Amino acid sequence: MAETQNETFTINFGPQHPAAHGVLRLILDMSGEVVDRADPHIGLLHRGTEKLIEYKTYTQALPYFDRLDYTSPMSEEHGFSLAVEKLLGIEVPPRAQYIRVMFAEITRVLNHILNLTSYALDVGAMTPILWGFEVREKGLEIYERVSGARMHAAYIRPGGVALDLPTGLTDRIATWCDEASTFIIDMERLLTGNRIFRQRTVDIGVISAEDAVDWGFSGPCLRASGVPWDLRKAQPYECYADLDFDIPIGKNGDCFDRYLIRVEEMRQSIKLIRQCLQKLPSGPVKVDDRKIVPPPRAEMKQSMEALIHHFKLFTEGYHVPAGETYTAVEAPKGEFAVYLLSDGSNRPYRCHIRSPGFAHLQAANVLSKGHMLSDITAIIGSLDIVFGEIDR
Amino acid sequence: MAEFWTEFLWPLILILLKIMAFVMPLLMAVAYLTYAERKVIAAMHLRKGPNVVGPFGLLQPMADGLKLFIKETVVPTGANPVVFLLAPVVTFVLALVGWAVIPVSDGWVIADINVGILYLFAVSSLGIYGIIMAGWASNSKYAFLGGLRSAAQMVSYEVSIGFIIVTVLITAGSLNLSDIVRAQSGLWFCIPHFPMFVLFMISALAETNRTPFDLPEAESELVGGYNTEYSAMTFAMFFLGEYANMILMSSLAVILFLGGWLPPVAVAPFTWVPGVIWFALKVSAVLFFYLWARATLPRYRYDQLMRLGWKVFLPLSLAWVVLTSVTMYLCGWLPN
Repeated sequence: MAETQNETFTINFGPQHPAAHGVLRLILDMSGEVVDRADPHIGLLHRGTEKLIEYKTYTQALPYFDRLDYTSPMSEEHGFSLAVEKLLGIEVPPRAQYIRVMFAEITRVLNHILNLTSYALDVGAMTPILWGFEVREKGLEIYERVSGARMHAAYIRPGGVALDLPTGLTDRIATWCDEASTFIIDMERLLTGNRIFRQRTVDIGVISAEDAVDWGFSGPCLRASGVPWDLRKAQPYECYADLDFDIPIGKNGDCFDRYLIRVEEMRQSIKLIRQCLQKLPSGPVKVDDRKIVPPPRAEMKQSMEALIHHFKLFTEGYHVPAGETYTAVEAPKGEFAVYLLSDGSNRPYRCHIRSPGFAHLQAANVLSKGHMLSDITAIIGSLDIVFGEIDR
Repeated sequence: MAEFWTEFLWPLILILLKIMAFVMPLLMAVAYLTYAERKVIAAMHLRKGPNVVGPFGLLQPMADGLKLFIKETVVPTGANPVVFLLAPVVTFVLALVGWAVIPVSDGWVIADINVGILYLFAVSSLGIYGIIMAGWASNSKYAFLGGLRSAAQMVSYEVSIGFIIVTVLITAGSLNLSDIVRAQSGLWFCIPHFPMFVLFMISALAETNRTPFDLPEAESELVGGYNTEYSAMTFAMFFLGEYANMILMSSLAVILFLGGWLPPVAVAPFTWVPGVIWFALKVSAVLFFYLWARATLPRYRYDQLMRLGWKVFLPLSLAWVVLTSVTMYLCGWLPN
């Protein structure tokens, strides 16, 4: 008989596992309940987005970004739009900037609601997710009113936003901010002080500030380790420099800190949304350049030139001057960036997408070594993994 | 022939009828406990729960039962078929057998034996076997881990439950469940033994694998735990067994601490209500606590659960046993 000294017990955690977010496949080598090695596998949701974008005009490429991180679509659009605008050398009008920031922050709240509540579900608390979905659904209705789609909005476009806000939407957003604040209080009552929740998250999946930087962490996961790095403050884009908000910083870099950071970020986002509503300037929501943004419908009925512009924009698209850019935004999950290389044609020569989740997932092994099986679900939940952006 | 009838057959028929009279309402209670669970938790989640099948969804348990009954039972290729199919039977039968000694009202009990509590204790300990068998026979890693967790958990909490029961026995001076209830006619044991009552309620959650101690079937870690591989009727038997156990543990809590079938105060309007109604009301209240806990709490981790059982509950209950015995001895309150 062959020697059977193999003491490890291998478990296939996913891709059809209820706690593996999306299509994560995690091979766990365990001694009993303790994890020796966690090996994340990627590629089960690979759709070739980056390559597809090389064969699409800039306008056609935009909707792919909604489908990357499908829990925070508008932030991804924002990153792409900013990259294209940088190459085009244009700046969007102030009203468009405020609307973009407002929706980027709504997106952050929506993303964190989904993440925190499903994270709570992973550690066994089932109520927060059902409370949270009501608020999230109402938030998605705001998306729908502005763009016609609940999730894949294609609202923030190079040159501004697709349409101005419909009448009365600002009031609705203001009420929604109150609803979301109430929800945050309710959720905190169930989780933050709960002893079981704390036992499950405090000192679990600890990562030091240096390690977090080395592993390429960004966003809430990096800030939970105590690194004060937020692109909205570090290199303000759009109108973030004019707005007043704070960046929460954690101390221990464990699962509980990542939870707390996100809770506080939601509060700050609501504060930002309220400021945007207050300061929202009037004026156009797109750049005044018919070579980049299509003319209004009414004008097309009268003007031959407008009709030609419309036709050219939706067939050939616009040409972007040759050049390259790495443009990053602070997406809810971290630094989401688009590296865009243009050869002067109407299509990007190369479009590389830097997704925060990819960097976070690669640390799964470091974070989970020596923890128990139950902690894996807490760690995965606290990293905010969405496979749409990891596999692209 | 006449002797055979009076000595053997008639008592047998009587016992069978008694058992039927117990089991039928029990199974109905189990069915509607699942309905109540879904409704109560739905209300706590701000949603509606089952509301389509029948008025207010009242026929939902029947529909679920029918569905599980007519589905195919799948036995996995790698499984040991005999043990695999035996496991749910063991769980289900043991969950029902315990009811033999539960007095739902004065004299309403199938077997009024004088070691009722020991019998119950033995039966609930045996319940682990069903789950271990399921975990082992499924030949699935999730089920295996679930089975191991369950065994460890039930064994640990059995110990503290044992000590909690001992305090009640010392106070009541009897192992007979009916006598324990009668001993509470002046004062329910949940008042002098309040800390033990709390410990018992929590241990009962652990004993029946309910949130926050539902690790054996933690769906976010182990998919379905020991019942991952079960389907149709085999799954239904686990399910029924688990819920019958919940009701059994609630009844035990009511008998040991909440005065069984006794009314809260023995004065006119309360004494008119039959004992069995009081019993049912109290059991429902305890069950509501189970459901409430499920909607509110996250899940413990395996080692935390063991720590709670061995390092907190065991010393506490042991200290309370000593305290109770010493106090009762010194004050001369010991019953006979």
